[in-house]
Order: sequence, then structure tokens, then C-alpha cells
Amino acid sequence: MAVALRSLKPFLIFAAAYAVIAFTVTNSYYQLMLTLVLVWASFGLSWNILSGYTGLVSFGHAAFFGIGAYTTALGQIHFDLSPWLLIPIATVLGALAGLLIGIPTFRLRGVYFALSMLAYPLALLYVFEWLGYQEVTLPMKRESPAAYMQFADHRIYTVLALLLLAVVVLITRMVEQSRFGMALLAIKQNEAAAEAAGINTLKWKLYAITLSGAIASAVGAFYAVVLLVVTPVSVFGMLVSAQALTVTLFGGVGTLWGPVIGSAILIPTAEILHAELGHVIPGIQNVIFGLAIVILILVAPEGMFWKARDFVYRRWPHLVATASQDIATTLVAPCSGTKAAKPSLAAAPDSTAHILSVRGLCKSFGGLKAVQNVGFDVSRGSILGIIGPNGAGKTTAFNLLNGFLRPDAGQIMLEGRDVTRRKPHQLCEAGVGRTFQVMRPFARMTIADNVVIGAYVRADTDIEARGLAADAIARVGLAPYAHRLAGEVTTRELRLMELARALAGQPRILLLDETLAGLGHTEAEELIGIIRRLAQDGITIVIIEHTMQAMVRLVDRFVVLDHGAVLVEGQPESVTRDPRVIEAYLGKKWTAYAQG
Amino acid sequence: MTAQMVENFLQAMAAGLLVGSIYGLMCVGLALIFGVMRVINFAQGDFMMLGMYAAYYFFTAFGVQVLLGSTVGPYVAAVLSGPVLFCFGYLVHKALVGRVSGTRAQVEGEGHFAQLILTLGISLIIQSAGLIAFGSILVSVRTPLSSSAWEIGPMWGDFVSIFVNKSRGVAALISVATIVALAMLIGRSRLGKSLRAAADNPEAATYMGIDVDQAHRVAFALGVGVTAIAGGLLATNYPFAPFVGLEYVIIMYAGVVLGGLGSIIGPFWGGMTIGLVQQLSTLVLPTQLQNTAIFVVFLLIVFFMPQGFFGRSVERT
Repeated sequence: MAVALRSLKPFLIFAAAYAVIAFTVTNSYYQLMLTLVLVWASFGLSWNILSGYTGLVSFGHAAFFGIGAYTTALGQIHFDLSPWLLIPIATVLGALAGLLIGIPTFRLRGVYFALSMLAYPLALLYVFEWLGYQEVTLPMKRESPAAYMQFADHRIYTVLALLLLAVVVLITRMVEQSRFGMALLAIKQNEAAAEAAGINTLKWKLYAITLSGAIASAVGAFYAVVLLVVTPVSVFGMLVSAQALTVTLFGGVGTLWGPVIGSAILIPTAEILHAELGHVIPGIQNVIFGLAIVILILVAPEGMFWKARDFVYRRWPHLVATASQDIATTLVAPCSGTKAAKPSLAAAPDSTAHILSVRGLCKSFGGLKAVQNVGFDVSRGSILGIIGPNGAGKTTAFNLLNGFLRPDAGQIMLEGRDVTRRKPHQLCEAGVGRTFQVMRPFARMTIADNVVIGAYVRADTDIEARGLAADAIARVGLAPYAHRLAGEVTTRELRLMELARALAGQPRILLLDETLAGLGHTEAEELIGIIRRLAQDGITIVIIEHTMQAMVRLVDRFVVLDHGAVLVEGQPESVTRDPRVIEAYLGKKWTAYAQG
Repeated sequence: MTAQMVENFLQAMAAGLLVGSIYGLMCVGLALIFGVMRVINFAQGDFMMLGMYAAYYFFTAFGVQVLLGSTVGPYVAAVLSGPVLFCFGYLVHKALVGRVSGTRAQVEGEGHFAQLILTLGISLIIQSAGLIAFGSILVSVRTPLSSSAWEIGPMWGDFVSIFVNKSRGVAALISVATIVALAMLIGRSRLGKSLRAAADNPEAATYMGIDVDQAHRVAFALGVGVTAIAGGLLATNYPFAPFVGLEYVIIMYAGVVLGGLGSIIGPFWGGMTIGLVQQLSTLVLPTQLQNTAIFVVFLLIVFFMPQGFFGRSVERT
């Protein structure tokens, strides 16, 4: 909260300037416009919390907006309640609607999610029309205007809108700077990796849509008070949802300033065009407005805020230096005092020799038996290598072990507990860390932030998480790269980053999926050294490779998979000489050579 | 009583099939664009509106009515709107959409946002420019066929017979013929193969010497053209105005999602489903809730069959 407040200085300056301007405007039409700029900015911010940060585009925010607007309108007409009370009620209803919509709709991804969201406000639109609420006018309360938020001086609405915006901005900042925001950003960049790093993606997405719905509904409720007339199309219509998208995308996605900038430019432009040109040629204002949007998006596809920021940084590079130094201090500072992180390693309660036992694991895709009846044990503190030719089912086996896939049959025991069919984030919590064959970085975050995401599962506070992350980064020797963006480093650093991200969650067992792939000889040697050290520190390691060479010196035992089944299991020396293994890798005719 | 209900049901069914086959064509046009380019095109409804007006002006102002008469003319005009809008779509892609999509879209997520707002902007321009150019009064392409019907039946001993509006029947037939032609184009021709390759794996297609951006351009133009024909066919039966696009774009998306994203023919059945749900819902619900019924059915199907009827799984871990 304190950090959030401190970072709001630019906003407070903006708000003060805005209030000054608003107080000098006497024309009620322009005053209304000043209010609406803030209303749509707040609405854009509510959309941003869900869609900007998680990347799940919602075309249906009008549903929340409309629920809010009709709550104030109908609440005042039927129950004679004051908007001072109805706006909070609308907020609660919006949160509820967010939750109800989120639970089924988050089963869908990408475009399916976006388009399904479209259906909610439109379904509601026709329901409200059918109920006979084609045009609802808020009753005038001449005897007690202040109690019913009906002010003759329109400037008061602008002040109220400014307060509303300030609250929304503060909430956004708090989200941004907490693990909530980090989790959302991680989901946006790579949902699977986020889940594997121990983030309960569904939970955070539900939080996001609940919060977003609550704010959008509050904004809609206030909008009804300002305009005094509510029609289904004006609050549930597609253009309302589009408004949230337009102001945010125009201004810049995933930043607090985006919706504010977008709204401050677009709303007055549209209104002025409407007032100046609307009566000359009806429709011309929207043509110009549309053209402005199209041209801007061609020039700055990422939105104005990001374009302007890039421009400033290019023009005055010293600003970048100070900015990244800021990050550096916040990130590295707590690194020293982190000894007291939750104990999760060595001190395991039960002392079964096998940390992980797999029995009769099966998985089919259609007719393909990717994994059939696979079973093996991993003893505590050892390094197990799973090898096999391409398509042997190695990665599928990993996906079953860390919960990305549900096995058709079989059992997975982690430290004597049955963990079959758990979700990835639950398994991560239970102590299973993993890396990916095709690396899954959160590309637009720094290496340090990537690792912090992995630490949340073991940390109660953000400071603790940063400490764990700093330790993990130090352990893999990535400290010099901590402040680079994950999208701009080499394969070696990404492999190390994935390792650190998994380590930050303090796993008892690490699943490494072809960690050596794409690395040169010396880089591979470096990584093998690190893995060996981790094993010495007490972490059990299961590693997949399809090249045997590097593995022979690293692992304690091999499990060889072929056609989805265990072919051989044993010591490295015996496995490499086993004729069945040679046959699987090279074909029958080589077995004779190998034995000779 | 029972015979009456059966007749109502069959009548609604027939109406649903007829309008559904035109919705299906609309959806196929949109799906072509989405399937190949992965771009959500919000302006599709407005392209369709342009198709309607193209058909209207072909018929009234460019001599189709004079040459071919009022019976055949509207359908010829509807089909002619296809090539015109094909060219228009081609230009729009070249000038605008192609700049933020295809191989030029660098980052997956961010590029996506730019495409959305760009098509929203295009939609706004077309709608408002349409208002200036065509006026806000509802117009329609009149054909004498729309006031006559074929009678199927009587069946069940004279109790039940269905009337099929001739104009809608002909429109549905043309719609189906267009789909068949399009399916053959996509399935058999060299052009179709390059479109499918570009859709399947743009990067690999590039390595194989396919100009992916050009393939996208053709797909976009083709999608716009096909939807425009659907618009022209609708214009023979329903009055329209420049803002009509908004109403249909939602039907289109519902149909495409139902049919399955990434499939070309699936969306036809998706659009058909929408048509049937819309017409059959009138039997039990007030007409105002017709569209609500569509959206509820849409949500139900999407929740229980997230891949649609014919779609393929896109997500992999």
C-alpha cells in the first residue's frame, strides 16, 4: 500500500491539474465531457486489470457496466435507495457477476474466451429489453439532491469521477506491485509455465475477473447517475465493450496510464468532432475518429504510452539507466537476509528411501499409446536419467509427473503420498519442480522477475519471494544477468533461468526436460556441474535426454523408454552395453558391433 | 392441435434451414479469414453490409434489373457483389490489416491487440461512411419471388403442409452452391493448398517458398467476398441499413466458434445451427428473446464442446 501510494505522485499531479481545468469550465456540455473522460478511463482500467494483465481479452465488459447502471436506475426507482448506497451494491453485484461468468468461461482459452465473453452482455441486453426497460429515467429528487447524488453544479460530478478514478488507479497500482499482478503477467506470457511454477492460475484469474467486474459495475453505476437515462443499448451494447478496448489499446495495454491517456485523447476528440461536424455531414465525425484510431495503430501498434516511453528512452538514454538501477536496488537488496525461508528441503517428515515411485502409468492419445505401464522408483538425493529415442514418451511421462496431463491409469507416489491427478501448481507446492524442453520464459519480464514467480509458492511475502529468487539465481550463477529481459538473452541463460525458476520454489525433486539441448560443449559441461552440485545439496533430480553421452557421467541410474514402455532400468555402465538399448537407438544390425 | 404444432415446428425448421444456410455462408467467409490469418476481424459485418449495398446498386443503378429483370436480377447482383468486395478486401488488407498481421506481427500477444483495434477502427469508418453515402433509411432488393411460396405437402392426411418462400429458397440454394465451389477451390486448387499450408504453419510454409503474406491477403479478400455474397443474398429478403453489420457480426462469430475455429466447412454448420436455434426459439419464446436464445445455446455448446463441431485442438502443453 505504501509503495503503491508513493508511486502515485504523477497521478496526483495529473488529478490536481485536471481538477483545476474542470473548475474553470462553465459550459455544461464540456463539463459533462470532462466527467465522461474519467468514467471511461476508469472503465478502461477495469478492463485492463483482467485483459491487460492476463492477456485474456474480454469483449464483454459491458455486462458488468450494464449491471451497475441498471442497479442504480432500478434501485432508485423501485426501492428509492440513494446512489451513495447503490454504487457499493452495484460493486458487489459486479464482483458476483465476474465470479459467475469466470467460473465457466475460464475453461476456454484465447479466442474462444474472447468471443464467449461477447455473448454475456448481448444476452442481457435482450433480456432487459424484453423486461420492458427500454428506457429508464432516474427520478428527480428536488427536495434532497445531495442525498441522491443529483447536483446542479456539474463540476461536482467531475470531482466525484476523479475520486472514483483515483480509487481505481490505487487498486491497479496495488495489484501491479504485488504477487497478484506478477501472477497475472506470468499467466499472460506463458500460462503453462506459470502453472508449473506453482501459480494457481485459475484462482488468480478468478480474482482478476471478480475485481475487474466489481470496478466496471461501479463505474456503470456512476455513469447512470451522471447521465440520468439508461437504455439497454447504451450500457450493454457492443460499443460499450468496445469503448473499454479502444481507450485501453489506444493508450497502451498493461499499464496504468494507458486507459487514462486513451480516454483523455479519444473522448474529447470524438465529442468535439461530433459537436463541430455532426450537423454538417452526419457521420463524418465517426469517420475521422475511426481514421485517427487506424492511423495511430499503424504508427504505434502497442499503444501511445509504450511508443512514447520507447521514444523518450531512445532520446534520453540516461533515463533508462536510472530506471533500471531502481529496479536493481528493489530486486537485489533483500537478497542477504533470506536464510529464514520456509524449510522444505532435507527435513522431510517420513524417510522412505524412494522420494518418487511410479506404478503402471498409462496415457494414450487416440490410438497412440504414448506411455504404457511405466513404473520406476527414484531414491532420495539421486540423479535419475530417463533416456530413449525420439518419440519414446519421455516428455509425456514428465507431463504426467508434474500434472499437465492426467494419466489414464497408474499411480504416482511422492514421499509416500498419492499425488496422482493433482494439478501442476499443487504438485509444485508438494515439491516437484520442472523445466521445459522448449523453454518457456516470461519473455517480457526480467530474469529476476521470472524467478520470483517461481518463488511465490514457498513465500508468504513479496520480500521473502525476492530473497528466495535471489538465492536461486546465485546458485545457478545467473546474477550478472538478473536484470536482463528474458526475451533478449541466449539459450544458455534461459536454460539457467528455468533451472533457477524451478529452484526458487525449493523443490525436493526436479524434473529437467532436455536441459542440455541446444547448448555447446562447454555450456553443457557448465550446466552438468550445476546439476551435480544441486544433487549434492540434497535435491533429487530426474533428467530427460536423448543423447546418452553427457548423461553417462552424470546420472546414478538410467530408465530407458522405448515406444512408451520401460525397456531397461539400471546402472549407467550396464545400460549402455545392453543390446536392447543399442537396438532401440541404432537398429538391430549394430548390436553385434557393439558387443564385439 | 397436434397437427398445428407439428406444422409450426416444421415451418420453423424450414425457415431455420433457409436462413441458416445463408448464415452459414457468412460464417464461412469469416472463418476463412480467421482460419488462415488468426485475425479477429470485427469489420466483417460491415464488409457484409457493403456487400448488401453493392448488390442493391448493381440491381438498381447498374442495369442488372434492366438486363435480367426482377426475378433473376437480384440473385445475379448478389453474386456480383462477391468479386467487387473481393477487390475491396484485397486493398484493405494490403493497406491496413497486412501491416499488423502475418509475418509482420512480431510478438504474438501485442500484435493481437493491434489487430483488434485496427478492425474496430475500420468497422467504425465503414459504418459511418456508409451512413453518409447510403443514408440511414432501410432499403431492400425487391423480387417478385419473395411474395410466393412452394407448398410441401399436404402431409398426414391434409393436416400439415409447409410453405417455403421461393425467394429464400433460391437464396439458400445459391448459398450452398457457393460453399461447394469454395470447398472445391480450397480443397483441390494450388491456391487452396497454399492457403491451407499458410494456415497450418506459416513459418514452414515460408520455407517452402509460399508467400505467406500474399496467401493471407487472398484469404482475407476471399473471406470478405464470400461474406459479401451472403450479404447480397440476405438483401433479397431482409431490409437493411448501414448499421446492420453489428447485428450480424455477432451471429457470424457465434457460428464460427460453434463450427470450430480452424475448419472451413464446420462454420457452415455452425451458422446453420444459429439459424435453426433462432427460428425454433420463436416457438417457445417471445421474439425479443430470439437473440438471447442464440447466445445461451452458443455458450452451452462452447462450454461442453470447446473445440466446436469440427475444430481441432489448438492448445498443447
